[in-house]
Amino acid sequence: MTLQLARPPMPSDDKRWKLVNAAMRRNGYADHALIETLHSVQDAFGFLDETSLRFVAASLDLPLSKVFGVATFYHIFMLKPKGRHACVICTGTACYIKGAGALLEGIEERYGVNAGETTEDDRLSVLTARCVGACGLAPAVVLDGDVIGKLNSDTLTAKLEELD
Amino acid sequence: MHLEDLAEKAADFRAEEAHITHEVRVCMAASCQSSGAAPVMTALTEACGDATDHCKVKGVGCMGLCSAGPLVAVADKDADLIHSVLYRDVTPDDAPDILASVGGAPVDRLRCPTDQPFFARQQRVVLENSGIIDPDSFKGYVAVGGYSALVKALSEMTPADVLREVTASGLRGRGGGGYPTGLKWSTVAKMPGDQKYVICNADEGDPGAFMDRAVLESDPHRILEGMAIAAYAVGANKAYIYVRAEYPLAVERLQTAIRKAKRAGFLGSKVADTQFSFEVEIRLGAGAFVCGEETALMASIEGLRGQPRPRPPYPAESGLWGCPTLINNVETFANIAPIIREGGDWLAAIGTEKSKGTKVFALAGKIANTGLIEVPMGTTLRDIIEVIGGGIPDGKAFKAVQTGGPSGGCIPQAHLDIPVDYDSLKTLGTMMGSGGMIVMDETSSMVDVARYFMEFCMTESCGKCVPCRTGTQQMHGLLDKITKARGSHADLALLEELCEVVQATSLCGLGQTAPNPVLSTLRYFRDEYEEKLRGEATP
Repeated sequence: MTLQLARPPMPSDDKRWKLVNAAMRRNGYADHALIETLHSVQDAFGFLDETSLRFVAASLDLPLSKVFGVATFYHIFMLKPKGRHACVICTGTACYIKGAGALLEGIEERYGVNAGETTEDDRLSVLTARCVGACGLAPAVVLDGDVIGKLNSDTLTAKLEELD
Repeated sequence: MHLEDLAEKAADFRAEEAHITHEVRVCMAASCQSSGAAPVMTALTEACGDATDHCKVKGVGCMGLCSAGPLVAVADKDADLIHSVLYRDVTPDDAPDILASVGGAPVDRLRCPTDQPFFARQQRVVLENSGIIDPDSFKGYVAVGGYSALVKALSEMTPADVLREVTASGLRGRGGGGYPTGLKWSTVAKMPGDQKYVICNADEGDPGAFMDRAVLESDPHRILEGMAIAAYAVGANKAYIYVRAEYPLAVERLQTAIRKAKRAGFLGSKVADTQFSFEVEIRLGAGAFVCGEETALMASIEGLRGQPRPRPPYPAESGLWGCPTLINNVETFANIAPIIREGGDWLAAIGTEKSKGTKVFALAGKIANTGLIEVPMGTTLRDIIEVIGGGIPDGKAFKAVQTGGPSGGCIPQAHLDIPVDYDSLKTLGTMMGSGGMIVMDETSSMVDVARYFMEFCMTESCGKCVPCRTGTQQMHGLLDKITKARGSHADLALLEELCEVVQATSLCGLGQTAPNPVLSTLRYFRDEYEEKLRGEATP
């Protein structure tokens, strides 16, 4: 006889929880699908907060410490909300050689934020990536999901200014 | 299913397009898409719409010369890349001109010659379909002979026959280590137990490397075919592809390929109407470089933190969930279909004595032709950089080429004439790695480069073992001090000592190889360190 675990109720009426539930169901609520599940939370909500980590832990029958451990180990998971726009500067070797540092400096100078920070008006989050694989277009950034290559500090700032 | 049945299928697929004489191929790989390939594709499709029925506009995979994108090739239906008319930096406005040129005189202002060494000197095995077939089309793959290797293996060969061919080919792991693939497969095949796994390592974490990305985006069925053959040979029926979340397009195309292959009966239960069953699942990485290490990768598939564990036991004995597991890199699996199709001896005839076949390299950094190339093993670095890569732009002088990512090293001018293979690169204090080559010109400071890689290893260290966790941090601190011209000879001596300790005592490859960029720059560019010690800071 197998014991049927009671699934925890969804934390709120927010429809996005259904997407998370769907991801867990697809993987049969297996604990090894933890990373897949966290991806689905981040896709739905943009980041992982305590409520979502507790919900995932209870649903997959995992200790919260383990869920938190995984969420903080992997760079892609964000525990803080992002701004309205996200600019990810690639700092891979090719981009580094071709001036990714200058792009970061330019942003810092213009907006007063460093990598990993969000502007006070929540307009722009600046992040870095270890290599987005667009080395042929170095230096490259990923602006709201779109890769833009062959940039310099001025052309990047101009793009960022165009954002609402 | 027999080979004749598959050949019949392929002929049917070709017959469906018998009226088409010319193809307009638009590169829809990630790099060209970033340069604006999607609007070009739309413009060409719309303009082609009712104008002609003998010409087809199709999205294809990577053609290699990423820096000149968006790339569009106009070709006779079965022509390869070299025998097509290639256009560079195409915009949607060029669509009418390009379509008007089909079967006639080329548009000179957009022309990118394909007889230049960048294309002419390549030998395409892994990338044979890349830039020619539509990666989302199952029929397209079968029409060019796809899945014939799998059907041949299942219907005409025993698992032992497959192992023999792979061993005879001399293929070595393309992820960087260079372990003989046949030997790895044989070890897993010999292990007892009903449950075995096959894993494709598509966690291309080396910064500056994008070969696997291009293969996945351009020819995803090829990876599935290679994995299915591997599973048949070692006695597994469940596989995972661990792919970086940073490669959304590759993930999407793999998902499409898996769905279509399943529907056509080349995945799932009773593959190609035989008793062999094979399931593939995609697992997304989450941005941890260390997960390229095989034991860390398996931990990540199990939903844990990606921390490596000591080996032995090797994955071949005790891998995923304690079962015998075969892990190979994307490019290794991409070599399997041609080996089974043409025979192991065919691949063994290409390359050098100890490194067989071809290798895909990603050229990036200060080099004229950035992009992807595939050359026989043993091609010299000078050929790759000066002839195929077109040399250094802006009249600057070459300084070094970095291979092997954060685990590799920098090779100076004096050693450019060595033939590239696994062993020769090792003697130079670097390694093949997965195939990223970053070219640096005279403006790059090699001490800065060493610091850059140490910073990388420091942040990517998983923190499990002390030498790597604290050693990389200490080395980074020393390098930082030296680059800012505040270092002393004692610091340099300490740095060298730390290199030795971290190399000898770290748990996994990440720590063991983290000192390589420092050691190789010290070996070839010691004078730059000395300059810094004398107080000449990098601006």
